[in-house]
Amino acid sequence: MSWIDVGSIDQIPVRGARILKTAVGCVALFRTSEAEVFATSDRCPHKGGPLSDGIVHGKSVTCPLHNWVFSLETGEAQGADEGQIATYPVRVENGRIIIDGTQLAKRTAA
Amino acid sequence: MVKDMGLKLVVIGAGMASGRALEQLFETAPDAYDVTLFNAEPRGNYNRLMLSPVLSGEKTYEEIVTHDDAWYEENNVTCRFGEKVLKIDRARKVVVGENGEVPYDKLVLGMGSNPFMIPLPGHDLEGVIAYRDLEDTNRMIDLGAKPGAKAVVIGGGLLGLEAAAGLKMRGVDVTVVHIMGHLMERQLDEAAGYLLRKALVDRGITVMCSANSKEIVGEDGHVKALKLDDGTELPCDLLVMAVGIRPSIALGQDAGLAVGRGIHVDDQMVTSDADILALGECVEHDGAVFGLVAPLYDQAKVIAKTLAGEEAKFVNKEVSTKLKVTGCDLFSAGDFADGDDREDIVFRDPSRGVYKRLVLKDNVVIGAVMYGDTADGNWFYNLIKDGEDVSEMRETLIFGPAFQGGAAADPLAAVAALPADAEICGCNGVCKGQIVSAIEGGATTLDDVRAQTKASGSCGTCTGLVEQVLAVTLGDDFVLPTSKSVCGCTDLTHEDVRRLIKSQELKSQPAVWQELGWNTPNGCHVCRPAINFYLLADWPLEYKDDPQSRFVNERNHANIQKDGTFSVVPRMWGGITTPDELRAIADAADKYNVPTVKVTGGQRIDLLGVKKEDLPSMWYDLNQAGMVSGHAYSKGLRTVKTCVGTDHCRFGTQDSTGLGIKLEKMLWGSWTPHKVKLAVSGCPRNCAEATCKDVGIICVDSGYEVSVAGAAGMDVKETELLAKVATEEEAIELTAAFIQIYRENAKYLDRGYKWVAKVGLDWVKEQVVDDLEQRKALFERFELSQSIYRNDPWAEHVSEKADSYQPLANLTLEAAE
Repeated sequence: MSWIDVGSIDQIPVRGARILKTAVGCVALFRTSEAEVFATSDRCPHKGGPLSDGIVHGKSVTCPLHNWVFSLETGEAQGADEGQIATYPVRVENGRIIIDGTQLAKRTAA
Repeated sequence: MVKDMGLKLVVIGAGMASGRALEQLFETAPDAYDVTLFNAEPRGNYNRLMLSPVLSGEKTYEEIVTHDDAWYEENNVTCRFGEKVLKIDRARKVVVGENGEVPYDKLVLGMGSNPFMIPLPGHDLEGVIAYRDLEDTNRMIDLGAKPGAKAVVIGGGLLGLEAAAGLKMRGVDVTVVHIMGHLMERQLDEAAGYLLRKALVDRGITVMCSANSKEIVGEDGHVKALKLDDGTELPCDLLVMAVGIRPSIALGQDAGLAVGRGIHVDDQMVTSDADILALGECVEHDGAVFGLVAPLYDQAKVIAKTLAGEEAKFVNKEVSTKLKVTGCDLFSAGDFADGDDREDIVFRDPSRGVYKRLVLKDNVVIGAVMYGDTADGNWFYNLIKDGEDVSEMRETLIFGPAFQGGAAADPLAAVAALPADAEICGCNGVCKGQIVSAIEGGATTLDDVRAQTKASGSCGTCTGLVEQVLAVTLGDDFVLPTSKSVCGCTDLTHEDVRRLIKSQELKSQPAVWQELGWNTPNGCHVCRPAINFYLLADWPLEYKDDPQSRFVNERNHANIQKDGTFSVVPRMWGGITTPDELRAIADAADKYNVPTVKVTGGQRIDLLGVKKEDLPSMWYDLNQAGMVSGHAYSKGLRTVKTCVGTDHCRFGTQDSTGLGIKLEKMLWGSWTPHKVKLAVSGCPRNCAEATCKDVGIICVDSGYEVSVAGAAGMDVKETELLAKVATEEEAIELTAAFIQIYRENAKYLDRGYKWVAKVGLDWVKEQVVDDLEQRKALFERFELSQSIYRNDPWAEHVSEKADSYQPLANLTLEAAE
């Protein structure tokens, strides 16, 4: 793994999100509590809604377009909807957000 | 007594960890070493954890001494207390103290930690202290002797709060300044933090969260006040910084030992020098540093065995903490940090002020927080430590050990098992027996039971329980009512929640979650926007709007489109614009490659297809041309549509354009349960289509017909006349009063016409037409709220939040290199 420092946790409000531009597309960073951050794909598999613009609650996010709810831990759609978003290893150390760069550098054949 | 000619052991630091290590060593190998003990403090080992009870006056210093002079003498420890160690000379194997050298065969470092002092301007003033040792404690105790003394504590963690509570018990006027949003954020979530804050405020401590310290103000070299970055000045005679500790590594570092955050040790507590061991808060083991006592005692055991030549290995285990403030019952253990597949179980009992939360992973409890009732704390702590599989008792786990071992987890069975004198409704003191008798006397519904016993009639949080008693008593004859609650987080309806927010004066989201018994940690996408609106509508000055509880459009102040781009609609007051504004709009459309420009039904211009990153700069450009947000995205005042009225039209009876502009300038920026659209027509020909708006005004020769509750969406409905008034001023006041009463009473996401249908137009008329005092009071409350909300969110976001519209980082650039 190659860990990359992408910023301070204070740059994301509690229950808010920011995005990272990466080679695998936009990755959303969600801050679910004072010291907890999750990283997932920013794209809802339903109609492509930007998940980073959704409402964050517990350890879930609700897509802003059609209210699909995803677990930020497993990436699985909750309730009656079926779908999956990618999740990425991320951790918080001394207030810095550190993400695993190896998975984000993978380029798809483009 | 003659000492054995044993090996020479020198210990630096007489703290709790090294004290315990010596105890263990003397037990394991009583005569193995000749011990010399250095301590910078002029005394031996005392229980530092008990400084808080000393501060509050519940204990004396003598009571917390763990090793007295007799103990050191008995164990032949040569004490060099009050003497600082200057250096460690590893080549010669000597410790150099202020009063001379001591040779060692083995050396144990237990220097502990240093309090972290924020380097604010003025941090070196007299009267700025940490909370670490007996000297600090005595400074605080002495302050209590001074009448009218004031203290500020920076830091709302464990230590800071204990300092504050102790100072308060000594009669000092205390303010706690905490940088985070809630107290003890490392151990507690918001709801428990809210309860803790309430308890501290109840005992007279002022608590300021999200408060940034800027400067310590002094006078004649002594602290006088703490200044916050918002300009607030908090006068104080003593300032206590309790913001954390840093391992004390200087001695080890100077001696050339391997250090990181702390002095590196292996599993046997040996440093990079085989003859030097270390333990306690000064060490770093496997990446971890230590602040709580339990792992330190484990280290003490290991170090004693290592010194005695026995096998031992230190394993870092979960720890629990308890806040030692009398009357604040708080327990926290384990881990709440990030990880996969975790689940929360939350239990709240608002009437007793109890909050419990368990974090589960793979059917094992890994974290527990308890506030108000910590009796089961140790049981949970043991479950965490032992990693016991709890799948069998999952459903009732949170009720503690007393509940386990019974029947399967059926809530109805649990209710059935309750004795007749078990209290169901705490507000009205109604026990199960009374409810059962009411049911046996003929009550068959919740309302019957409420009417006869008052159970669930006040705060309503026991409604579910009362229904379960009904179900248990009536059996199949009782059908649990279908839920019309706000969402899955609560059994309460919107109406209940609004009533309770007002009657219980709930002024924050954590207060609502806790006091109304939410069953999730922080709500969901359904309840959060509603609660956020209710709070800001009811407590405009006290509650701060929470962007994280808003739907995307309201958070970004633009409408999201199906492709994730946004639309931008500048405000055009009353639908009036100028060539300059139109030019600026055209320029912005060109500059940001806006694919679609559309004229809206509300007499505005809509720029569609704007990228999120471009929003702040586009707003800036429009702001420069004098335009503000058109709020085309909000559950709030949208537009006031007008016709040209007497300005140009030969039929116009009044200045409808002017009135429309006045109304829009008064109403803009206000949040409402759903969107609000207005129109003003200058004559009954109604060119502004006022009769299908939330509020529509038709001008006539003799005045203004104000009508409300129209709709032209999924339902089409003509407005109904609220009142006819003679003057423009009256029309404006009546409109504001109507919107305010709608704001104060309607369910979130009920349009005006739906709400009026529920309460009846007659009731609305009674309030805002017949009762002139009430109309005036509503108008004043609206204006009070507008003193906060009548401003341009675009300008605010451009100056304060522009960054948040950009990616946090762009990793594609690095990847390409």
